[in-house]
Amino acid sequence: MVRLVGVDLPRNKRIAYALTYIHGIGLTSARKIIEIANINPETRTVDLTTEETVALRQTLEESDLKLEGDLRRFNGLNIKRLNEINCHRGKRHRNNLPVRGQRTRTNARSRRGSKKTVTGKKK
Amino acid sequence: MPRSLKKSPFVAYHLLKKINQMNKAGKKDTITTWSRSSTILPSMIGFTIAVYNGKQHVPIFISDQLVGHKLGEFVSTRNFRTHIKADRKTKR
Repeated sequence: MVRLVGVDLPRNKRIAYALTYIHGIGLTSARKIIEIANINPETRTVDLTTEETVALRQTLEESDLKLEGDLRRFNGLNIKRLNEINCHRGKRHRNNLPVRGQRTRTNARSRRGSKKTVTGKKK
Repeated sequence: MPRSLKKSPFVAYHLLKKINQMNKAGKKDTITTWSRSSTILPSMIGFTIAVYNGKQHVPIFISDQLVGHKLGEFVSTRNFRTHIKADRKTKR
């Protein structure tokens, strides 16, 4: 079982895809990390040797990626800042509405949650 | 895509002029403006700027946290009161 920055990696996935289970690592950065750590991208998490895990850990430490808790805190603080200065984006965050100018007449379901039917809306 | 750095942040000229004048004179009065798209600059800190929302000028106090945002971000042009709860009795 490989544990990196407080996350257990799934066992039977190829290492690049396993790395994306860490908050803050997508496929692109996962592939870069593997390249730097000099690991064959075909290997699965279970087949990693100890040296390879050490190399992974080291590259993660040396990279300037914000990961897991740090990233969550960073994003949270940014949103909090927007809320506090009472700007438009802050208001949208507060009301759980889309922040970047999307339409809300229809859709916007990911922000607004599942549909609530309004009775008697049609005439 | 952000604005080119070469051009420096956008501030309406009439607003900039007023602020520079006031800074020279050492006064900090309320400035009314219609320019919602102007960026808030560090030189504006401490001023109260009344920004037009389409109906009236809403005063906002510029603190150092607001630098880099636009004036219009702090004054909503929409006036949203809650949705009316459907009243069943009146429908029938």
